[in-house]
Amino acid sequence: MELFWQGFTGAIRLILSADPAFVEIVERTLFVSGLATGLAVLTGVPLGVGLAIGRFPGRRVLGVLVNTGLGLPPVVVGLVVTLLLWRSGPLGALALLYTPIAMVIVQWIVAFPVAAGITRSAIELLDPELLDALRVFGAGPVRCGWELVRATLPQVGFATAAAFGRAIAEVGASLMVGGNILGQTRILTTAIVLETSRGDFALALALGIVLLILALLVNVGIRAISPVPR
Amino acid sequence: MRMSVTFGTVVVILLVLLTACAGRAASSLHDGMTPTGVPQGMVEGQSRTIILATTTSVQDSGLLDALLPRFQEETGYVVKVIAVGTGQALELGRRGEADVLLVHAPEAEEQFMAEGYGQLRFLVATNDFVIVGPVDDPADVREASSAVDALRRIAATGATWVSRDDRSGTDLLEKRLWQEAGIDPRDQSWYITSGQGMGMTLVLADQKRAYTLSDRATFLAFRSSISLVILAAGDPALINPYHVITVNPTRFARVNARGAEAFARFLVSQVAQQVIASFGVDRYGESLFRPALVPTVTPQP
Repeated sequence: MELFWQGFTGAIRLILSADPAFVEIVERTLFVSGLATGLAVLTGVPLGVGLAIGRFPGRRVLGVLVNTGLGLPPVVVGLVVTLLLWRSGPLGALALLYTPIAMVIVQWIVAFPVAAGITRSAIELLDPELLDALRVFGAGPVRCGWELVRATLPQVGFATAAAFGRAIAEVGASLMVGGNILGQTRILTTAIVLETSRGDFALALALGIVLLILALLVNVGIRAISPVPR
Repeated sequence: MRMSVTFGTVVVILLVLLTACAGRAASSLHDGMTPTGVPQGMVEGQSRTIILATTTSVQDSGLLDALLPRFQEETGYVVKVIAVGTGQALELGRRGEADVLLVHAPEAEEQFMAEGYGQLRFLVATNDFVIVGPVDDPADVREASSAVDALRRIAATGATWVSRDDRSGTDLLEKRLWQEAGIDPRDQSWYITSGQGMGMTLVLADQKRAYTLSDRATFLAFRSSISLVILAAGDPALINPYHVITVNPTRFARVNARGAEAFARFLVSQVAQQVIASFGVDRYGESLFRPALVPTVTPQP
């Protein structure tokens, strides 16, 4: 129990101290997960719309793939992306392995099925007459999609929050493709793994509490700007 | 309608903030990659970066944090440390995915050199392994005459033993000791495998009141949070030598050979050896590693 107390006070001390090394890790965490979430929303939401209202071959298969993606194990994503980014791998010439960009890529891969899945189920729950009306008025597929996303904005807000949650909580893949390098690719979750393996449980716990506070703030923020559900 | 306009505005503001944040994060990243006081232009472009694949103990103990800033200051190279355990480090070297390795499994290293994957190999430091276990010591390991004898006693009593089973340097030594003891512990009910790093394995062994083999540095780092004690130490078979190996650039075109060699030569330099000799004294009251320069230097291949 003493450890929990140490973790809690440690978290407060970390935040108050504004130690540059700690602030840098927090900034990198927000940068990587924020960018990954942005990409996940930009790709996942249109995909979700397409799955809900699109009529194209392979839609059902794609839908099953997206649902499977909701449970995509991050370590597998990490392993595959690592092998692709290896010097000897097909994308080795890009020299992206052990950089924050590689971490953005893996977090985007695990987060975008979340954004797609939630958007899709939200639109499928809409009154089908709305879509019929749009089509009657001659709206094209892009216009239709846009109007449907506007009609489900609270749920799209929720999809964004969920995608962010999946991205920022992810550790296995970020550890593999980032390498947890101090000053370059260390983020909160990988720092927690390192401090745990170093035996500094109080610091690991403190970092965990900071991570929770961040997730809480971002969720409150997204809630505050999302329209109230009607 | 008004709602969605507000939402759109906020999204735009968020994106702007994100971009600003990205710029800041990128600039601080850049700061991290350019240590202050580095003479610019000593090394350029991609060749400024060295990938070091290493055993976890040198990172978990904090030794690398003490050594790397000096090396980066001296040479301008940026070292990317991938702490993975000796088995995986050697494997990354075999594929040319790392430039230089810091490992501790002499037999596997010699095989690596014999296969022509390595170029230079220097002894950097040594420390020792210890057999740790519960204070009440049900297998009487304290009375053991050697490490192998200790394992025989544990097997005879059926006391629980935790193996890392992750092909790390520690794990390879443990496997060899069991072989020397003439015991095949696999499939025994008292033999459990953790598949984790040294620290987590010590915690697991502590919770199960079991015996395990640990490097002294990690054990000292965990001593305050577990109740295991050192029961056997000092056997020459338990000496733990750390070698630095540069990956052979003739096999892999993209290996940063110059940077790797600079790093290997730095580790055996007077400066680095002094850092190693005094490392850990302030925190544990004893040094965690013994420098290699003074006693022996491995003959160059």
